[in-house]
Amino acid sequence: MSDTDIQDKAINVDTEKGNFKYPENYEFDAGVGLTEETVKYISKVKDEDPWILDFRLKALEIFKKKPMPTNWADKDLENIHFDEIRYYLSKGQQPARTWDEVPDDVKETFERLGIPEQERKFLAGVEAQFDSEASYSRMKEDLEKEGVIFVGSTEGLMKYPEIFRPYFGKVIPTSDNKFSALNSATFSGGSFIYVPKGVKLKQPLQAYFRINAENFGQFERTLIIADEGAEITYMEGCTAPKFETTTLHSAVVELVALKGAKIQYITVQNWSSNVFNLVTKRGMADEGAEVKWIDCNIGSRLTMKYPGVVLKGKGARGEVLSIALANDGQHQDTGAKMIHLADNTTSNIISKSISIGKGRSTYRGQVHMPKHLKNCKNNTECDALLINTNSRTDTYPAITTRGENNTVQHEASVSKVSAEQIFYMMQRGLSEGEAMSLAVNGFVNELMKAFPMEYSVELKRLIDMEMEGSVG
Amino acid sequence: MNNTLEIKNLNVSIDGQAILKDFNLTIPKGEVHALMGPNGTGKSTLAKVIAGHEDYTIESGEVLLDGVNILGEEPDTIAKAGLFLAFQYPLEIPGVSIANFIRAARQARLPEGEDVNAVEYYKELYAKMDALKMDRKFTARSLNEGFSGGEKKRCEILQMSMLNPMYCIMDETDSGLDIDALRIVSEGVNLMRSEERGFLVITHYQRLLDYIVPDVVHVMFDGRIVHSGDAELAKELETKGYDWVKEEFTSATA
Repeated sequence: MSDTDIQDKAINVDTEKGNFKYPENYEFDAGVGLTEETVKYISKVKDEDPWILDFRLKALEIFKKKPMPTNWADKDLENIHFDEIRYYLSKGQQPARTWDEVPDDVKETFERLGIPEQERKFLAGVEAQFDSEASYSRMKEDLEKEGVIFVGSTEGLMKYPEIFRPYFGKVIPTSDNKFSALNSATFSGGSFIYVPKGVKLKQPLQAYFRINAENFGQFERTLIIADEGAEITYMEGCTAPKFETTTLHSAVVELVALKGAKIQYITVQNWSSNVFNLVTKRGMADEGAEVKWIDCNIGSRLTMKYPGVVLKGKGARGEVLSIALANDGQHQDTGAKMIHLADNTTSNIISKSISIGKGRSTYRGQVHMPKHLKNCKNNTECDALLINTNSRTDTYPAITTRGENNTVQHEASVSKVSAEQIFYMMQRGLSEGEAMSLAVNGFVNELMKAFPMEYSVELKRLIDMEMEGSVG
Repeated sequence: MNNTLEIKNLNVSIDGQAILKDFNLTIPKGEVHALMGPNGTGKSTLAKVIAGHEDYTIESGEVLLDGVNILGEEPDTIAKAGLFLAFQYPLEIPGVSIANFIRAARQARLPEGEDVNAVEYYKELYAKMDALKMDRKFTARSLNEGFSGGEKKRCEILQMSMLNPMYCIMDETDSGLDIDALRIVSEGVNLMRSEERGFLVITHYQRLLDYIVPDVVHVMFDGRIVHSGDAELAKELETKGYDWVKEEFTSATA
């Protein structure tokens, strides 16, 4: 089988497919702007325990005090007007367990995005979030019997505090950055997952995050705990319609891989070009555990996202594989953080970015190996492809290595698709757009082999769609 | 005219410098024409201009493919009209496998809604690779990336035979080939010779023409054809060199 054989079985998800919306009709609306009252409203409609409200209110104070990120920053952040955003919109708090119970407009939204079809085909469970809350959530029954928990953030904290509370806000503290504080104050939806000792999920769990409303902020919160020897793959997809006004997506995702556990977290985001996507993602890997982030960033106005792994136990492994595609007017500011805190830990970062037109992609990487550690390894490769002469890419690696026998390897490259390469491919009968698309797909091909097939198919299609109209 | 590739009064320049000067050549289907001549005389320019390369300025002239002028069309339009150019220096396309590349090129020739039949495609691809003595593992390798000179040229011939063109232009296909590779590549070309297809074989040396025996040999100098003859002309050139052409041409125009 060759790679293109996959294309024959393409799932029909493309960039224009997400560009539709239904009339707004919400039962719960926290109004515009962010005050203590907004936070209290969110907590009240969710009927939360007092400790959760306290957690939110403390976070709100931190959010107000924290400056915008000054170190890793983009001037465009100044264009986010926190007092014009709507922080909570929902049609109710309880997700449906069958698609038939989901309100028609929401159900149609997810059907157009192909979610129920994917669920039938290859998923172990699905949660579909529409603005602030999940409209649908279901996991296969046999996994429930094995003790796997797959619920929303509120349900997780309320029903299983003994499992989730000890780790909630521990991998990413509220005060980590302004946007993690914002999320901690206003979080709603997301997935809380617990996989018991030794349970290995054969199929992935998936969450789909959909923004439907204008001027809206989506703040989902995800916490995945894989107990000793457990294994899980989690995939998330995201879309929003194209609005005139800006939309904010600011999630916090915490992963906890206990001794010998494996977590693989896959993101394929395809935000419309009005979305500020400012997400904090970090995993903790205990002894012999593995945390792997596979991150595909397509669309959005500005994405700032640097998935990290804290390698806490001996022999832990961390990996970030990322693909970013910055089209005209977009800035993909992405990268990875690897914090080595134990001996014999290894980390691997492979980042590929493509800049089209005036698109800009930035790689920021942090690799930290303190003095007292030994036999730690990091490998970092970042490759940038520039499509037009005015496309831009920057690389900012920050590497600190001390200690014995610790090795760090960093390779970076910048390449272009040359006019001669395009002529060569066109001489074989490909149009200029097809030739460019093929070259871009070739550029990410090696990396894409690490993806589950269904996602690499979707990604190929998204790249083809983005490349259309980028030439000529 | 139908069934010919006809180049008429072609004048081409680059940066104000004339390269092709009233160039004329007609290749009927079923024939192999060799174009020989010293370096810098415009042979490669001719190949690229016919294929639609945008770096050159076309002053005047026509290139008629079965009577239809293709000069100035986009390279993909010209390719799909039935013209194939085997490159002197094939480009590397990282991450794109040979199998996927040729398949995409075949797909581009199909009407909307039709797909390449994968089973038949691979059957044909493998058979043609066997004929060119290419390892089947090559299908998964990135196009031309890290290939030796001989591998690149074999890959060009593989593409040529998979895309089934009406007219083939081969630009210095013999350069970078050892004698074994030269023989294999030539056999591949000879298998493609037919009443339905015309060839223009551009070469600096006579050696290639021992294997691909031409119907007509043209000698090019200073942007135009100055001599034409049969296969014997190539051998004559081999012994005499190009100097006599230059001398004869200079004295004729003096």
